[in-house]
Amino acid sequence: MAESRLPSAFAEFEPFAEKWCLATEPERWEMRMHTPMAEIREFYDAFAPRFEEAIDYCDKFGLDDLPEDALNLLHLIYSMVMVSMAVEIFGTQKPADSADAVMNRVGAPVP
Amino acid sequence: MAKWPKPAEGSWTEHYPELGTGPISFRDSISPEFYELEREAVFKRAWLNVGRIEEVPRVGSYFTKEIDAARTSVIVVKGKDEQIRAFYNICRHRGNKLVWNDFPNEETKGGCRQFTCKYHGWRYDLKGDLTFVQQEGEFFGLDSSRYGLKPVHCDVWNGFIFINFDPEPQWGLREFLGPMITALDDYPFGMMTERYDFAAQNNSNWKIFADAFQEYYHVPSLHSQQVPSVVRQPNASFECGHFQIDGPHRLVSTAGTRRWKLDPDYMYPVERVTRSGLVGPWRTPETHFSAGLNPGGIEPWGITNFQIFPNLEILIYHGWYLLYRYWPTSHNTHKFEAYNAFHPARTVRERIEHEVASVVLKEFALQDAGMLGGTQAALEYDIVDDYPLSDQEILVRHLHKVSVDWVEEYQAQRAPAGV
Repeated sequence: MAESRLPSAFAEFEPFAEKWCLATEPERWEMRMHTPMAEIREFYDAFAPRFEEAIDYCDKFGLDDLPEDALNLLHLIYSMVMVSMAVEIFGTQKPADSADAVMNRVGAPVP
Repeated sequence: MAKWPKPAEGSWTEHYPELGTGPISFRDSISPEFYELEREAVFKRAWLNVGRIEEVPRVGSYFTKEIDAARTSVIVVKGKDEQIRAFYNICRHRGNKLVWNDFPNEETKGGCRQFTCKYHGWRYDLKGDLTFVQQEGEFFGLDSSRYGLKPVHCDVWNGFIFINFDPEPQWGLREFLGPMITALDDYPFGMMTERYDFAAQNNSNWKIFADAFQEYYHVPSLHSQQVPSVVRQPNASFECGHFQIDGPHRLVSTAGTRRWKLDPDYMYPVERVTRSGLVGPWRTPETHFSAGLNPGGIEPWGITNFQIFPNLEILIYHGWYLLYRYWPTSHNTHKFEAYNAFHPARTVRERIEHEVASVVLKEFALQDAGMLGGTQAALEYDIVDDYPLSDQEILVRHLHKVSVDWVEEYQAQRAPAGV
């Protein structure tokens, strides 16, 4: 069995961890753009019921001393935010009418 | 039915009679010749914001800025005396670009005690003075005091670093900004240092892009998805509470209900879970409310969007702000810089709120950028040139008028006398 990445209370999301625990926005954006909507929805539907609980779990720690499993969970939360745009707002990976426009996030705080 | 009172003249536009009410031309946004004039008349004469003081935190901290409109590169650096200075990024010996990292045309930043030219090793201190010449004795009467770095005028307002390429700027920075902008003197931008930065190369004239961020008339149409579909109105309208013009600068304020007072149907699930979204975190740390923030007295106040001529926009929400800069690279392209700035997150939940606001910013800015490439292409058909503007688009009218005015004034100054 693969090594667990997430806190044990969130073990049910291990199948999504390898693909969606991504530390940076450019990685999360690319993953959203290149994942079929059906697969995006699978992750979204699985995570949505425990989205708030996951935030509360990570919020128990200080920003600068998140244990590795909680940090992975935070990255999964960030991916949930990323795919929520596709699922809830646009229904497509790409924002409607964004055509060939590109906008790169070039700086952000960690984590 | 108008929701907000208009000025006594009957409209915001007529309140500023110099603007007129007729259709306007966008030829200023499709003409290479106009762009060449604009580079000289606007970008080499106005004060330009290139960064914040937090970007040069220590003695020797520096960054470079490529400014295509002035066909130049600038070094901004903090000296031993804590003063921030700007210099043209060129070695006085053989003209090599002085500061660059992997590639000469890419911006860089860092910290140093002095600048050393890669080519022949000449050195300059943080004040720009030439301090070392390799084999100085081989030169012919070299007076090193005459070969310091060439300075660019540089000044700071409320933490924003501005430069001016005019050898003799017509105004000091404060005078240029004027009373409407300097009414934000005491706004605590310096507390909002947690930044999410973005960069893009857009296929439109810089003004055409700026136009999309200085009117909200387009929001119900282009950004219909900002409201969940169950509560979306097919003919939704948007009316701003207050417009104001001061010299070349502009502002618009809109009302906004605090999010937690809204019916939950008006929010997407991700907004309800994270308590953040389109207008940022629902709750932000207590932030001093400057008199200049809501000059129209809009209640409940939502945002004020300051458009500082030529290419800077500062959009202030409750307890955070976003900033846009539009750097032209040709008559129909520009580099777009944007960032969100928040009070530094104290908790993981606050950091997630900031992430959500920053993700949403990109979604809707991409809609603008995608569409405006099409606008630019269509304007360049050059088939029509009388574009009607509504009262909600007064600031679009003003930006184009000011740009044309500056170019015409520049041309008049250079016209041969007595002709």
